[in-house]
Amino acid sequence: MSLKTLWHKLGSPRWFYELSGPWTTGFGVAAALLLAVGCVWALAIAPEDYQQGNSYRIMYIHVPTAILAQSVYMTLGVAGVILLVWRMKLADMVLACAVPFGLWMTALALVTGAIWGKPTWGTWWVWDARIVSMLVQLFLFFGLYALREAIPRADAAGRACAVLAIVGLVNIPIIKYSVDWWLTLHQPSSNLLTGPTMPSEMYLPLFVNIIGFYCLYAYVLLASLRLEILRREEKTQWVQQQLQQPLPQQPQAV
Amino acid sequence: MGGHGLYVWLSYGLSFLVIGLLVWRVRSARRAFVRQARARAQRLSAEPQAK
Repeated sequence: MSLKTLWHKLGSPRWFYELSGPWTTGFGVAAALLLAVGCVWALAIAPEDYQQGNSYRIMYIHVPTAILAQSVYMTLGVAGVILLVWRMKLADMVLACAVPFGLWMTALALVTGAIWGKPTWGTWWVWDARIVSMLVQLFLFFGLYALREAIPRADAAGRACAVLAIVGLVNIPIIKYSVDWWLTLHQPSSNLLTGPTMPSEMYLPLFVNIIGFYCLYAYVLLASLRLEILRREEKTQWVQQQLQQPLPQQPQAV
Repeated sequence: MGGHGLYVWLSYGLSFLVIGLLVWRVRSARRAFVRQARARAQRLSAEPQAK
């Protein structure tokens, strides 16, 4: 299938619904396995850090959630552009469905960072550029959530959320480069692909957890999108046929 | 955990609580929607017969 055909097919919620069923199950199973392996590895097998002791194990949750929170926001920005330019229904659904997940990941990144900060820096919170820019992202997610609830007309709410998502993209490079642009307490970011600054027995479980969290995101997003498609297309014949089938038993991702 | 157990377990506990909540939320919402949609469809199909 060419990219152009795929692009046109993505305009059909029915096509997407039928395609995404096995993928949802696959991502759910992959997330459960990877997170189980990654967390056991991180907690029981990875060696203790010579400076931070065992508190560094929080990194295996904090880093994936922080990376994912930014990825979710970038998904929203891209979906916003697609919605405004091509008016694709699926893009509006992504804008609606990805917000709760991104909000929770940003909150988790902030909370686990605060918990990690206490034994490492001696404080739960500092008004540091990296932390504040992540807090701004949390408010952006709250804003997107509130905006959709506040506007009764669905198409107008979708467009407003798209604009806010695109405008909020400016915060992504600020988060990324905050540790370089300002003098911060937060450590500089390390690139896992081009050369992590830790031994392999420490970064491999981190890598597994990052992939696991991405699979979890794919699972939750696809499952939410499939539900949203059913809601919006409830009156169509194909959805009525789907509703007659027994409830699918999807895997628990935990 | 060398005195850091509270911080480490709190982080992992909270994270898995949130993950569980997110997964449970989408699964239960789907079940609820399907149940309600089936009930709506049954009501609609029963209405013309009643008349």
